[in-house]
Amino acid sequence: MVLALVAAALVALALLSEELLPRIEELWRRFRARRRPAESFGYDPGRERRAEQRARALLRSCVGEEEWAMYHDLGFIRVWGSQADGPGRGGATGGAAYGYLIYPHRAIVAYLAQTHRLLSEYCVTFPDRTRPYGSSRLPDSDDVLAKWMALTGDEKRLISTANMHLPGRQHDPARVKRDLWRLSQWERAWMRSTAGRGAADGPASGPSETPLDAAGQ
Amino acid sequence: MKPGHGEVVIAEGDVELAEDERRLIEEFRAQLEEGLWAAVPTLEGGRRQAQMVKRFEDVPRDAERVIFFPRAAGGR
Repeated sequence: MVLALVAAALVALALLSEELLPRIEELWRRFRARRRPAESFGYDPGRERRAEQRARALLRSCVGEEEWAMYHDLGFIRVWGSQADGPGRGGATGGAAYGYLIYPHRAIVAYLAQTHRLLSEYCVTFPDRTRPYGSSRLPDSDDVLAKWMALTGDEKRLISTANMHLPGRQHDPARVKRDLWRLSQWERAWMRSTAGRGAADGPASGPSETPLDAAGQ
Repeated sequence: MKPGHGEVVIAEGDVELAEDERRLIEEFRAQLEEGLWAAVPTLEGGRRQAQMVKRFEDVPRDAERVIFFPRAAGGR
């Protein structure tokens, strides 16, 4: 009886091993990879510059032409908020349109579109715990892209993950106000140039929706 | 996305080919198990945005790429 049971167990084990072994190997490989200490790399300005170039190319290929030009010219990207009552924690807007300014490696700033009143700062990072090059910090443009994707893809989740602060914690409010003023000037110039291009190309490629249209106003 | 590197191609393939799809699914799951977030850049009504995806089935079949990036954490 015992012999039969042992034989049956051995047969079952042999049959299962084909299915189980690759999985066990895969789990072991991942376990080893997680435990392996990160190799130490010194700071290499050339490597960081190449990384930033690649990151800029990726950002450019993902965001719209306008956002890319905005980032290129102003150093930040504006994203419109989509929550009916504002960004949630600390930012009830009563239905008024609001936006976010995304800066590389700095807090996201929420503001009211109409009055430019600053609502709050959202501190968020995207640390890579594996520290592949001795640092957990993404290139600047990757940080901007990560924020852009998380905000446009799941605004609520990003805002609930971030640490919320009153305006002035990381950014000088006067400077942000100046950035908003620069943005409005930039947008006028952008719309003029887009309209100019549209007129040159014909009516079929006229200017796209205005930022306020995009915000539902 | 990787610190000190920028964009790294993890896997490429055609989802219409069973072998490619299986490999892409495996890589997708591996990245999410590593704790990364996944997003697909989209163009809807002339607006570019991103769609966050948690399962491979959520990735639009015509998506050109899925971008993995470190999970967000509260900063200072």
